[in-house]
Amino acid sequence: MSDYDDLYQELILDHHKKPRNFRRLGVEACTCHADGRNPLCGDQIALDVQVDGEQIKDIGFEGSGCAISTASASLMTEVVKGKTKAEADALFHIFHAMVTQGKTPDDPEKMGKLLAFSAVGEYPARVKCATLAWHTLHAALNGSHEPVTTE
Amino acid sequence: MTAEALVHSVLDSLAVRSDFPALQQTVRGGKRLVYLDNAATSQKPRAVIDAVQKFYERDNGSVHRGVYELSERATAVYEGARKKIARFLNAKDAREIVLLRGTSEAINLVAYTYGRKNVRAGDEILITEMEHHSNIVPWQMLCEATGAVLKVAPITDAGEVDLQAFEKLLSAKTKIVSAVYVSNSLGTVNPIAQMSALAHAAGAVMIVDGAQAAPHFLVDVQAIGADFFAFSPHKMYGPSGIGALYGRYELLDAMPPFLGGGHMISNVTFAKTTYAKPPAKFEAGTPNMEGAAGLAAAIDYVQALGIDAIDAHEQLLLKYATDALAKVAGLRIIGTAARKVGVVSFVLDGVHPHDVGSILDRHGVCVRAGHHCTQPVMERFKVPATTRASFGVYNTMEDVDALVEGLAAVRKVFS
Repeated sequence: MSDYDDLYQELILDHHKKPRNFRRLGVEACTCHADGRNPLCGDQIALDVQVDGEQIKDIGFEGSGCAISTASASLMTEVVKGKTKAEADALFHIFHAMVTQGKTPDDPEKMGKLLAFSAVGEYPARVKCATLAWHTLHAALNGSHEPVTTE
Repeated sequence: MTAEALVHSVLDSLAVRSDFPALQQTVRGGKRLVYLDNAATSQKPRAVIDAVQKFYERDNGSVHRGVYELSERATAVYEGARKKIARFLNAKDAREIVLLRGTSEAINLVAYTYGRKNVRAGDEILITEMEHHSNIVPWQMLCEATGAVLKVAPITDAGEVDLQAFEKLLSAKTKIVSAVYVSNSLGTVNPIAQMSALAHAAGAVMIVDGAQAAPHFLVDVQAIGADFFAFSPHKMYGPSGIGALYGRYELLDAMPPFLGGGHMISNVTFAKTTYAKPPAKFEAGTPNMEGAAGLAAAIDYVQALGIDAIDAHEQLLLKYATDALAKVAGLRIIGTAARKVGVVSFVLDGVHPHDVGSILDRHGVCVRAGHHCTQPVMERFKVPATTRASFGVYNTMEDVDALVEGLAAVRKVFS
Protein backbone atom coordinates (compact mmCIF):
# COMPACT_ATOMS: atom_id res chain seq x y z
CA MET A 1 0.00 0.00 0.00
CA SER A 2 1.39 3.41 -0.86
CA ASP A 3 0.84 6.61 1.06
CA TYR A 4 -1.96 8.06 -0.98
CA ASP A 5 -4.15 4.99 -1.30
CA ASP A 6 -6.28 6.62 1.37
CA LEU A 7 -7.08 9.59 -0.90
CA TYR A 8 -6.96 7.95 -4.32
CA GLN A 9 -8.91 4.77 -3.55
CA GLU A 10 -9.90 2.36 -6.31
CA LEU A 11 -13.52 3.47 -6.07
CA ILE A 12 -12.57 7.14 -6.55
CA LEU A 13 -10.23 6.37 -9.45
CA ASP A 14 -12.93 4.24 -11.07
CA HIS A 15 -15.54 7.00 -10.86
CA HIS A 16 -12.98 9.48 -12.17
CA LYS A 17 -12.28 7.32 -15.21
CA LYS A 18 -15.90 6.34 -15.81
CA PRO A 19 -18.14 8.94 -14.23
CA ARG A 20 -21.73 7.71 -13.75
CA ASN A 21 -24.74 9.79 -14.78
CA PHE A 22 -22.42 11.90 -16.89
CA ARG A 23 -25.13 13.42 -19.08
CA ARG A 24 -27.48 16.36 -19.27
CA LEU A 25 -31.16 15.52 -18.66
CA GLY A 26 -32.59 17.68 -21.42
CA VAL A 27 -35.01 20.58 -21.11
CA GLU A 28 -38.09 18.38 -20.75
CA ALA A 29 -36.88 16.26 -17.88
CA CYS A 30 -34.78 18.77 -15.98
CA THR A 31 -36.71 20.55 -13.24
CA CYS A 32 -33.79 22.07 -11.33
CA HIS A 33 -30.37 23.10 -12.55
CA ALA A 34 -27.29 24.75 -11.10
CA ASP A 35 -23.74 25.46 -12.23
CA GLY A 36 -20.78 25.25 -9.91
CA ARG A 37 -17.14 26.14 -10.17
CA ASN A 38 -14.07 25.96 -8.06
CA PRO A 39 -11.95 28.97 -9.01
CA LEU A 40 -8.89 27.56 -7.25
CA CYS A 41 -8.46 24.59 -9.59
CA GLY A 42 -10.86 25.44 -12.39
CA ASP A 43 -13.25 22.56 -11.67
CA GLN A 44 -16.60 23.13 -13.36
CA ILE A 45 -19.89 21.30 -13.09
CA ALA A 46 -23.33 21.66 -14.67
CA LEU A 47 -25.91 19.72 -12.68
CA ASP A 48 -29.43 18.76 -13.83
CA VAL A 49 -32.00 17.28 -11.47
CA GLN A 50 -35.48 15.93 -12.11
CA VAL A 51 -37.60 16.25 -9.00
CA ASP A 52 -41.03 14.68 -8.78
CA GLY A 53 -42.85 15.89 -5.70
CA GLU A 54 -40.19 15.49 -3.03
CA GLN A 55 -38.26 12.75 -4.78
CA ILE A 56 -35.11 13.04 -6.92
CA LYS A 57 -36.15 10.91 -9.88
CA ASP A 58 -33.15 11.52 -12.08
CA ILE A 59 -29.89 13.42 -11.94
CA GLY A 60 -27.01 14.03 -14.33
CA PHE A 61 -23.92 16.20 -14.56
CA GLU A 62 -21.29 17.34 -16.99
CA GLY A 63 -18.08 19.21 -16.38
CA SER A 64 -14.37 18.93 -15.99
CA GLY A 65 -12.11 18.77 -13.01
CA CYS A 66 -9.68 16.80 -10.92
CA ALA A 67 -10.20 13.16 -9.95
CA ILE A 68 -11.60 14.06 -6.55
CA SER A 69 -14.22 16.49 -7.88
CA THR A 70 -15.30 14.24 -10.77
CA ALA A 71 -15.54 11.15 -8.59
CA SER A 72 -17.42 13.09 -5.92
CA ALA A 73 -20.00 14.32 -8.46
CA SER A 74 -20.35 10.84 -9.93
CA LEU A 75 -20.81 9.09 -6.58
CA MET A 76 -23.16 11.81 -5.37
CA THR A 77 -25.49 11.30 -8.32
CA GLU A 78 -25.53 7.53 -7.69
CA VAL A 79 -26.26 7.94 -4.01
CA VAL A 80 -28.98 10.61 -4.14
CA LYS A 81 -30.95 9.21 -7.07
CA GLY A 82 -34.30 8.00 -5.72
CA LYS A 83 -33.88 9.80 -2.40
CA THR A 84 -36.10 12.64 -1.20
CA LYS A 85 -34.77 16.20 -1.19
CA ALA A 86 -34.67 16.11 2.63
CA GLU A 87 -32.66 12.87 2.59
CA ALA A 88 -30.20 14.30 0.09
CA ASP A 89 -29.80 17.42 2.20
CA ALA A 90 -29.18 15.36 5.32
CA LEU A 91 -26.49 13.38 3.46
CA PHE A 92 -24.87 16.64 2.36
CA HIS A 93 -24.55 17.74 5.96
CA ILE A 94 -23.00 14.46 7.09
CA PHE A 95 -20.67 14.41 4.05
CA HIS A 96 -19.64 18.01 4.69
CA ALA A 97 -18.83 17.32 8.35
CA MET A 98 -16.88 14.22 7.30
CA VAL A 99 -14.62 15.98 4.79
CA THR A 100 -14.24 19.32 6.57
CA GLN A 101 -13.92 18.21 10.19
CA GLY A 102 -12.91 14.60 9.70
CA LYS A 103 -16.07 13.70 11.64
CA THR A 104 -16.96 10.02 11.42
CA PRO A 105 -20.62 9.69 10.45
CA ASP A 106 -22.87 8.42 13.28
CA ASP A 107 -24.32 5.86 10.95
CA PRO A 108 -21.50 4.92 8.52
CA GLU A 109 -23.66 2.41 6.68
CA LYS A 110 -26.02 5.14 5.57
CA MET A 111 -23.09 6.83 3.82
CA GLY A 112 -22.28 3.75 1.75
CA LYS A 113 -19.74 4.48 -0.96
CA LEU A 114 -19.37 8.11 0.14
CA LEU A 115 -17.09 6.84 2.91
CA ALA A 116 -14.41 6.62 0.21
CA PHE A 117 -13.99 10.38 0.70
CA SER A 118 -13.37 10.20 4.45
CA ALA A 119 -9.60 10.77 3.91
CA VAL A 120 -10.23 14.14 2.25
CA GLY A 121 -10.44 15.62 5.76
CA GLU A 122 -6.67 15.14 6.01
CA TYR A 123 -6.09 17.24 2.89
CA PRO A 124 -7.56 20.68 3.61
CA ALA A 125 -6.53 21.93 0.16
CA ARG A 126 -8.74 19.33 -1.50
CA VAL A 127 -11.97 19.77 0.51
CA LYS A 128 -13.41 22.16 -2.05
CA CYS A 129 -12.90 19.59 -4.80
CA ALA A 130 -14.93 17.03 -2.87
CA THR A 131 -17.76 19.38 -1.88
CA LEU A 132 -18.30 21.26 -5.16
CA ALA A 133 -20.93 18.85 -6.51
CA TRP A 134 -22.79 18.84 -3.22
CA HIS A 135 -22.91 22.63 -2.97
CA THR A 136 -24.19 22.67 -6.53
CA LEU A 137 -26.90 20.11 -5.73
CA HIS A 138 -27.94 22.16 -2.73
CA ALA A 139 -28.26 25.24 -4.94
CA ALA A 140 -30.22 23.34 -7.59
CA LEU A 141 -32.71 21.94 -5.07
CA ASN A 142 -33.16 25.30 -3.39
CA GLY A 143 -33.80 27.17 -6.60
CA SER A 144 -30.70 29.36 -6.45
CA HIS A 145 -29.90 30.82 -9.84
CA GLU A 146 -26.51 32.25 -8.91
CA PRO A 147 -23.62 30.03 -10.03
CA VAL A 148 -22.12 28.25 -7.05
CA THR A 149 -18.51 28.95 -6.22
CA THR A 150 -16.44 27.32 -3.55
CA GLU A 151 -14.43 30.49 -2.88
CA MET B 1 32.85 17.27 -16.39
CA THR B 2 29.53 15.59 -15.51
CA ALA B 3 26.44 17.74 -15.35
CA GLU B 4 26.29 17.10 -11.61
CA ALA B 5 29.82 18.34 -11.14
CA LEU B 6 29.07 21.36 -13.27
CA VAL B 7 26.14 22.35 -11.07
CA HIS B 8 28.35 22.18 -8.02
CA SER B 9 31.04 24.17 -9.73
CA VAL B 10 28.85 27.25 -10.12
CA LEU B 11 27.07 27.09 -6.78
CA ASP B 12 27.52 24.65 -3.95
CA SER B 13 23.80 24.06 -3.58
CA LEU B 14 24.24 21.50 -0.81
CA ALA B 15 26.14 24.04 1.27
CA VAL B 16 23.54 26.64 0.33
CA ARG B 17 20.78 24.27 1.41
CA SER B 18 22.28 24.08 4.88
CA ASP B 19 21.76 27.87 5.21
CA PHE B 20 17.99 27.33 5.17
CA PRO B 21 16.49 25.99 8.42
CA ALA B 22 13.11 25.18 6.81
CA LEU B 23 14.80 22.80 4.39
CA GLN B 24 16.26 20.68 7.19
CA GLN B 25 12.87 19.18 8.08
CA THR B 26 11.10 16.14 6.75
CA VAL B 27 7.43 16.19 5.73
CA ARG B 28 4.57 13.72 5.17
CA GLY B 29 5.96 11.10 7.48
CA GLY B 30 9.72 11.34 7.05
CA LYS B 31 10.08 12.44 3.42
CA ARG B 32 12.99 14.74 2.53
CA LEU B 33 11.55 18.17 1.78
CA VAL B 34 11.92 19.00 -1.91
CA TYR B 35 10.85 22.60 -2.27
CA LEU B 36 10.06 23.49 -5.89
CA ASP B 37 7.60 26.37 -5.43
CA ASN B 38 10.11 29.20 -5.49
CA ALA B 39 8.20 31.27 -8.03
CA ALA B 40 5.43 31.53 -5.42
CA THR B 41 7.68 32.22 -2.45
CA SER B 42 11.18 31.20 -1.45
CA GLN B 43 12.44 29.79 1.82
CA LYS B 44 14.52 32.07 4.08
CA PRO B 45 18.19 31.66 4.98
CA ARG B 46 19.38 31.89 8.58
CA ALA B 47 20.92 35.32 7.82
CA VAL B 48 17.52 36.79 6.95
CA ILE B 49 15.77 35.18 9.92
CA ASP B 50 18.54 36.49 12.20
CA ALA B 51 18.29 40.02 10.76
CA VAL B 52 14.54 40.15 11.49
CA GLN B 53 15.07 38.75 14.98
CA LYS B 54 17.96 41.12 15.69
CA PHE B 55 15.84 44.07 14.68
CA TYR B 56 13.19 43.10 17.23
CA GLU B 57 15.73 42.33 19.90
CA ARG B 58 17.80 45.50 19.56
CA ASP B 59 16.71 48.16 17.11
CA ASN B 60 12.91 48.36 17.27
CA GLY B 61 11.73 51.94 17.69
CA SER B 62 9.64 54.54 15.92
CA VAL B 63 11.14 54.91 12.47
CA HIS B 64 11.74 58.52 11.27
CA ARG B 65 10.18 59.91 14.45
CA GLY B 66 11.87 59.50 17.78
CA VAL B 67 14.77 61.55 19.09
CA TYR B 68 16.16 58.56 20.96
CA GLU B 69 18.81 56.02 20.01
CA LEU B 70 16.48 53.11 19.19
CA SER B 71 14.51 55.29 16.80
CA GLU B 72 17.71 56.43 15.14
CA ARG B 73 18.79 52.82 14.71
CA ALA B 74 15.39 51.80 13.30
CA THR B 75 15.61 54.67 10.84
CA ALA B 76 19.13 53.67 9.85
CA VAL B 77 17.98 50.08 9.22
CA TYR B 78 14.98 51.20 7.21
CA GLU B 79 16.75 53.82 5.12
CA GLY B 80 19.76 51.52 4.77
CA ALA B 81 17.49 48.93 3.14
CA ARG B 82 16.20 51.55 0.72
CA LYS B 83 19.74 52.46 -0.30
CA LYS B 84 20.61 48.80 -0.70
CA ILE B 85 17.65 48.21 -3.04
CA ALA B 86 18.60 51.30 -5.05
CA ARG B 87 22.11 49.93 -5.58
CA PHE B 88 20.80 46.41 -6.24
CA LEU B 89 18.50 47.62 -9.03
CA ASN B 90 20.94 50.32 -10.19
CA ALA B 91 18.56 53.21 -9.52
CA LYS B 92 20.16 56.65 -9.75
CA ASP B 93 18.96 57.73 -6.34
CA ALA B 94 17.57 56.02 -3.23
CA ARG B 95 14.65 58.49 -3.30
CA GLU B 96 13.42 56.56 -6.34
CA ILE B 97 12.68 53.53 -4.16
CA VAL B 98 9.27 53.44 -2.47
CA LEU B 99 8.93 50.73 0.17
CA LEU B 100 5.59 48.97 0.00
CA ARG B 101 4.08 45.56 0.70
CA GLY B 102 5.07 43.96 -2.58
CA THR B 103 4.69 43.90 -6.34
CA SER B 104 0.88 43.94 -6.29
CA GLU B 105 0.76 47.04 -4.15
CA ALA B 106 3.44 48.70 -6.29
CA ILE B 107 1.49 48.21 -9.52
CA ASN B 108 -1.74 49.29 -7.87
CA LEU B 109 0.00 52.44 -6.64
CA VAL B 110 1.11 53.38 -10.16
CA ALA B 111 -2.32 52.59 -11.65
CA TYR B 112 -4.07 54.62 -8.99
CA THR B 113 -1.82 57.66 -8.85
CA TYR B 114 0.06 58.01 -12.14
CA GLY B 115 -2.83 56.38 -13.99
CA ARG B 116 -5.67 58.50 -12.69
CA LYS B 117 -3.67 61.66 -13.21
CA ASN B 118 -2.48 60.93 -16.74
CA VAL B 119 -5.00 58.60 -18.38
CA ARG B 120 -8.20 59.87 -20.01
CA ALA B 121 -11.20 58.32 -21.76
CA GLY B 122 -10.12 56.83 -25.09
CA ASP B 123 -6.47 56.47 -24.06
CA GLU B 124 -4.97 53.00 -24.20
CA ILE B 125 -3.02 50.83 -21.80
CA LEU B 126 -1.03 47.97 -23.28
CA ILE B 127 -0.19 44.77 -21.42
CA THR B 128 0.65 41.25 -22.63
CA GLU B 129 -1.28 38.00 -22.60
CA MET B 130 1.17 36.46 -20.12
CA GLU B 131 0.56 38.92 -17.27
CA HIS B 132 -0.08 37.86 -13.69
CA HIS B 133 -3.51 38.96 -12.44
CA SER B 134 -1.73 41.67 -10.45
CA ASN B 135 -0.70 43.28 -13.73
CA ILE B 136 -4.16 42.92 -15.31
CA VAL B 137 -6.74 43.79 -12.69
CA PRO B 138 -5.32 47.19 -11.57
CA TRP B 139 -5.39 48.31 -15.22
CA GLN B 140 -8.94 47.05 -15.70
CA MET B 141 -9.91 49.04 -12.62
CA LEU B 142 -8.17 52.12 -14.06
CA CYS B 143 -10.00 51.65 -17.37
CA GLU B 144 -13.31 51.35 -15.55
CA ALA B 145 -12.62 54.58 -13.68
CA THR B 146 -11.34 56.61 -16.64
CA GLY B 147 -12.90 55.13 -19.79
CA ALA B 148 -9.49 54.12 -21.10
CA VAL B 149 -9.13 50.91 -23.11
CA LEU B 150 -7.00 47.91 -22.19
CA LYS B 151 -5.09 46.33 -25.08
CA VAL B 152 -3.41 42.96 -24.87
CA ALA B 153 -0.38 41.87 -26.91
CA PRO B 154 -0.70 38.17 -27.80
CA ILE B 155 1.88 35.50 -27.06
CA THR B 156 3.13 32.76 -29.35
CA ASP B 157 2.81 28.98 -28.93
CA ALA B 158 6.24 28.99 -27.31
CA GLY B 159 5.01 31.49 -24.74
CA GLU B 160 6.89 34.52 -26.03
CA VAL B 161 5.44 37.98 -26.62
CA ASP B 162 4.58 38.44 -30.29
CA LEU B 163 6.75 41.53 -30.72
CA GLN B 164 5.31 42.48 -34.11
CA ALA B 165 1.79 42.44 -32.71
CA PHE B 166 3.05 44.31 -29.63
CA GLU B 167 4.53 47.03 -31.82
CA LYS B 168 1.36 47.28 -33.91
CA LEU B 169 -0.77 47.79 -30.81
CA LEU B 170 1.30 50.81 -29.78
CA SER B 171 0.07 54.22 -30.94
CA ALA B 172 -0.18 57.82 -29.84
CA LYS B 173 -3.17 56.70 -27.75
CA THR B 174 -0.99 54.39 -25.66
CA LYS B 175 -0.22 56.10 -22.35
CA ILE B 176 1.02 53.14 -20.33
CA VAL B 177 2.74 49.88 -21.21
CA SER B 178 3.01 47.36 -18.39
CA ALA B 179 4.65 43.97 -18.79
CA VAL B 180 6.31 41.22 -16.83
CA TYR B 181 10.05 40.91 -17.13
CA VAL B 182 9.66 37.18 -16.46
CA SER B 183 6.44 35.17 -16.66
CA ASN B 184 5.60 33.35 -13.43
CA SER B 185 3.67 30.57 -15.16
CA LEU B 186 5.78 30.09 -18.31
CA GLY B 187 9.25 31.15 -17.17
CA THR B 188 9.69 33.31 -20.29
CA VAL B 189 12.20 36.15 -20.01
CA ASN B 190 10.86 39.01 -22.11
CA PRO B 191 13.07 41.29 -24.24
CA ILE B 192 12.07 44.03 -21.86
CA ALA B 193 14.63 46.67 -22.98
CA GLN B 194 13.35 46.35 -26.52
CA MET B 195 9.73 46.58 -25.34
CA SER B 196 10.59 49.69 -23.27
CA ALA B 197 12.22 51.33 -26.28
CA LEU B 198 9.11 50.67 -28.38
CA ALA B 199 6.85 51.98 -25.61
CA HIS B 200 8.93 55.15 -25.26
CA ALA B 201 8.95 55.68 -29.03
CA ALA B 202 5.14 55.69 -28.85
CA GLY B 203 5.25 58.20 -26.00
CA ALA B 204 4.12 55.79 -23.28
CA VAL B 205 5.65 55.10 -19.88
CA MET B 206 7.02 51.61 -19.25
CA ILE B 207 6.12 49.69 -16.13
CA VAL B 208 8.00 46.48 -15.48
CA ASP B 209 6.64 43.79 -13.16
CA GLY B 210 9.94 42.44 -11.92
CA ALA B 211 8.67 39.99 -9.30
CA GLN B 212 10.13 36.95 -11.07
CA ALA B 213 13.28 38.64 -12.42
CA ALA B 214 15.15 40.12 -9.48
CA PRO B 215 15.72 36.73 -7.73
CA HIS B 216 17.32 35.13 -10.78
CA PHE B 217 19.56 37.49 -12.74
CA LEU B 218 21.08 40.94 -12.62
CA VAL B 219 18.49 43.70 -13.03
CA ASP B 220 19.44 47.20 -14.12
CA VAL B 221 16.37 49.44 -14.19
CA GLN B 222 18.18 52.16 -16.12
CA ALA B 223 19.59 49.83 -18.76
CA ILE B 224 16.17 48.27 -19.45
CA GLY B 225 14.51 51.67 -19.66
CA ALA B 226 11.96 51.04 -16.92
CA ASP B 227 10.05 54.11 -15.78
CA PHE B 228 8.63 52.00 -12.96
CA PHE B 229 9.79 48.62 -11.68
CA ALA B 230 8.04 46.53 -9.03
CA PHE B 231 9.52 43.70 -7.00
CA SER B 232 8.84 41.37 -4.06
CA PRO B 233 11.83 40.27 -1.98
CA HIS B 234 9.95 37.30 -0.50
CA LYS B 235 10.63 35.50 -3.78
CA MET B 236 14.31 36.34 -3.28
CA TYR B 237 14.85 34.73 0.14
CA GLY B 238 13.61 37.85 1.98
CA PRO B 239 10.59 38.38 4.23
CA SER B 240 7.02 38.62 2.94
CA GLY B 241 4.94 41.74 3.42
CA ILE B 242 7.62 44.09 2.11
CA GLY B 243 8.44 45.06 -1.45
CA ALA B 244 9.51 47.99 -3.50
CA LEU B 245 8.52 50.23 -6.33
CA TYR B 246 11.25 51.92 -8.32
CA GLY B 247 10.05 55.02 -10.14
CA ARG B 248 11.99 57.70 -12.00
CA TYR B 249 12.17 60.63 -9.59
CA GLU B 250 10.52 63.24 -11.81
CA LEU B 251 7.58 60.88 -12.38
CA LEU B 252 7.19 60.11 -8.67
CA ASP B 253 7.50 63.81 -7.86
CA ALA B 254 4.66 64.74 -10.23
CA MET B 255 2.32 62.00 -9.01
CA PRO B 256 -0.42 62.56 -6.43
CA PRO B 257 -0.11 60.55 -3.19
CA PHE B 258 -1.61 57.08 -2.72
CA LEU B 259 -2.65 56.42 0.89
CA GLY B 260 -3.06 59.40 3.19
CA GLY B 261 -1.81 59.44 6.77
CA GLY B 262 1.24 60.01 8.91
CA HIS B 263 4.69 60.55 7.40
CA MET B 264 3.43 61.29 3.86
CA ILE B 265 2.72 64.92 4.72
CA SER B 266 4.67 68.14 4.78
CA ASN B 267 2.13 70.15 6.76
CA VAL B 268 -1.43 69.44 7.92
CA THR B 269 -4.10 72.00 8.68
CA PHE B 270 -7.85 71.70 8.30
CA ALA B 271 -7.65 74.35 5.62
CA LYS B 272 -4.96 72.69 3.51
CA THR B 273 -2.53 69.79 3.72
CA THR B 274 0.67 69.65 1.74
CA TYR B 275 2.50 66.47 0.95
CA ALA B 276 6.02 65.23 1.52
CA LYS B 277 8.45 64.65 -1.34
CA PRO B 278 9.00 61.11 -2.69
CA PRO B 279 9.43 58.50 -1.43
CA ALA B 280 7.79 59.60 1.85
CA LYS B 281 4.77 60.88 -0.10
CA PHE B 282 3.85 57.25 -0.84
CA GLU B 283 4.65 55.75 2.54
CA ALA B 284 1.81 56.59 4.93
CA GLY B 285 1.86 54.93 8.34
CA THR B 286 4.42 52.96 10.29
CA PRO B 287 6.12 50.67 7.80
CA ASN B 288 7.38 47.10 7.93
CA MET B 289 10.71 47.89 9.61
CA GLU B 290 11.70 44.32 10.48
CA GLY B 291 10.89 43.40 6.87
CA ALA B 292 13.32 46.08 5.69
CA ALA B 293 16.01 44.58 7.95
CA GLY B 294 15.31 41.15 6.47
CA LEU B 295 15.25 42.29 2.87
CA ALA B 296 18.60 44.04 3.27
CA ALA B 297 20.00 40.75 4.59
CA ALA B 298 18.44 38.92 1.62
CA ILE B 299 20.17 41.25 -0.84
CA ASP B 300 23.47 40.71 1.00
CA TYR B 301 22.86 36.96 0.84
CA VAL B 302 22.26 36.76 -2.92
CA GLN B 303 25.12 39.13 -3.62
CA ALA B 304 27.46 36.99 -1.53
CA LEU B 305 26.46 33.94 -3.58
CA GLY B 306 26.78 36.04 -6.72
CA ILE B 307 23.85 36.83 -9.01
CA ASP B 308 25.70 35.43 -12.01
CA ALA B 309 26.41 32.17 -10.18
CA ILE B 310 22.73 31.94 -9.21
CA ASP B 311 21.72 32.52 -12.81
CA ALA B 312 24.15 29.87 -14.10
CA HIS B 313 23.05 27.37 -11.45
CA GLU B 314 19.37 27.80 -12.24
CA GLN B 315 19.99 27.56 -15.98
CA LEU B 316 21.70 24.22 -15.47
CA LEU B 317 18.80 22.98 -13.36
CA LEU B 318 16.33 24.24 -15.96
CA LYS B 319 18.11 22.31 -18.68
CA TYR B 320 18.41 19.16 -16.57
CA ALA B 321 14.71 19.33 -15.59
CA THR B 322 13.50 20.13 -19.10
CA ASP B 323 15.41 17.13 -20.50
CA ALA B 324 14.24 14.81 -17.72
CA LEU B 325 10.58 15.87 -17.97
CA ALA B 326 10.59 15.57 -21.75
CA LYS B 327 11.19 11.82 -21.22
CA VAL B 328 8.09 11.39 -19.03
CA ALA B 329 5.35 9.74 -21.10
CA GLY B 330 2.33 11.93 -21.75
CA LEU B 331 3.95 15.06 -20.32
CA ARG B 332 3.78 18.34 -22.19
CA ILE B 333 5.75 21.42 -21.14
CA ILE B 334 3.81 24.67 -21.36
CA GLY B 335 6.22 27.51 -22.07
CA THR B 336 9.13 26.69 -24.33
CA ALA B 337 10.61 30.15 -24.88
CA ALA B 338 14.22 30.45 -26.01
CA ARG B 339 15.08 32.42 -22.89
CA LYS B 340 13.63 31.21 -19.59
CA VAL B 341 14.37 31.23 -15.88
CA GLY B 342 14.14 28.05 -13.79
CA VAL B 343 10.40 27.55 -14.16
CA VAL B 344 8.88 24.45 -15.76
CA SER B 345 5.10 24.32 -16.18
CA PHE B 346 3.58 21.13 -17.51
CA VAL B 347 0.46 19.05 -17.99
CA LEU B 348 0.22 15.29 -17.78
CA ASP B 349 -2.23 13.51 -20.06
CA GLY B 350 -5.39 12.44 -18.28
CA VAL B 351 -4.38 13.69 -14.83
CA HIS B 352 -5.53 16.99 -13.39
CA PRO B 353 -2.65 19.13 -12.02
CA HIS B 354 -4.21 19.14 -8.56
CA ASP B 355 -4.08 15.36 -8.45
CA VAL B 356 -0.47 15.54 -9.64
CA GLY B 357 0.28 18.06 -6.89
CA SER B 358 -1.37 15.98 -4.15
CA ILE B 359 0.56 12.84 -5.07
CA LEU B 360 3.88 14.72 -5.39
CA ASP B 361 3.17 16.20 -1.97
CA ARG B 362 3.07 12.70 -0.49
CA HIS B 363 6.60 12.27 -1.82
CA GLY B 364 7.72 15.47 -0.08
CA VAL B 365 7.80 17.37 -3.37
CA CYS B 366 6.18 20.83 -3.15
CA VAL B 367 4.98 22.20 -6.48
CA ARG B 368 2.30 24.64 -7.49
CA ALA B 369 -0.78 23.28 -9.21
CA GLY B 370 -3.34 25.68 -10.59
CA HIS B 371 -3.64 28.67 -12.88
CA HIS B 372 -0.81 30.56 -11.14
CA CYS B 373 -2.89 33.77 -11.13
CA THR B 374 -2.55 33.79 -14.92
CA GLN B 375 -5.93 32.53 -16.09
CA PRO B 376 -5.55 34.08 -19.58
CA VAL B 377 -2.35 32.04 -20.06
CA MET B 378 -4.27 28.85 -19.21
CA GLU B 379 -6.94 29.83 -21.70
CA ARG B 380 -4.28 30.58 -24.34
CA PHE B 381 -2.85 27.07 -24.03
CA LYS B 382 -6.30 25.45 -23.59
CA VAL B 383 -5.49 23.87 -20.26
CA PRO B 384 -7.51 24.25 -17.02
CA ALA B 385 -4.32 24.49 -14.98
CA THR B 386 -0.72 23.33 -14.96
CA THR B 387 1.72 21.82 -12.49
CA ARG B 388 4.72 24.08 -12.01
CA ALA B 389 8.18 23.36 -10.63
CA SER B 390 10.33 26.43 -10.03
CA PHE B 391 13.91 26.44 -8.84
CA GLY B 392 15.98 28.43 -6.39
CA VAL B 393 19.56 28.55 -5.13
CA TYR B 394 19.17 25.51 -2.84
CA ASN B 395 17.71 23.14 -5.42
CA THR B 396 19.79 20.27 -6.73
CA MET B 397 19.57 17.66 -9.44
CA GLU B 398 18.47 15.25 -6.74
CA ASP B 399 15.39 17.48 -6.30
CA VAL B 400 14.61 17.20 -10.01
CA ASP B 401 15.06 13.42 -9.77
CA ALA B 402 12.58 13.34 -6.87
CA LEU B 403 10.09 15.23 -9.02
CA VAL B 404 10.48 12.77 -11.88
CA GLU B 405 10.15 9.79 -9.52
CA GLY B 406 7.02 11.35 -8.06
CA LEU B 407 5.57 11.69 -11.55
CA ALA B 408 6.15 7.98 -12.14
CA ALA B 409 4.08 7.34 -9.02
CA VAL B 410 1.35 9.63 -10.36
CA ARG B 411 1.33 7.63 -13.56
CA LYS B 412 1.01 4.40 -11.59
CA VAL B 413 -2.00 5.62 -9.58
CA PHE B 414 -3.77 6.84 -12.71
CA SER B 415 -2.77 3.99 -15.00
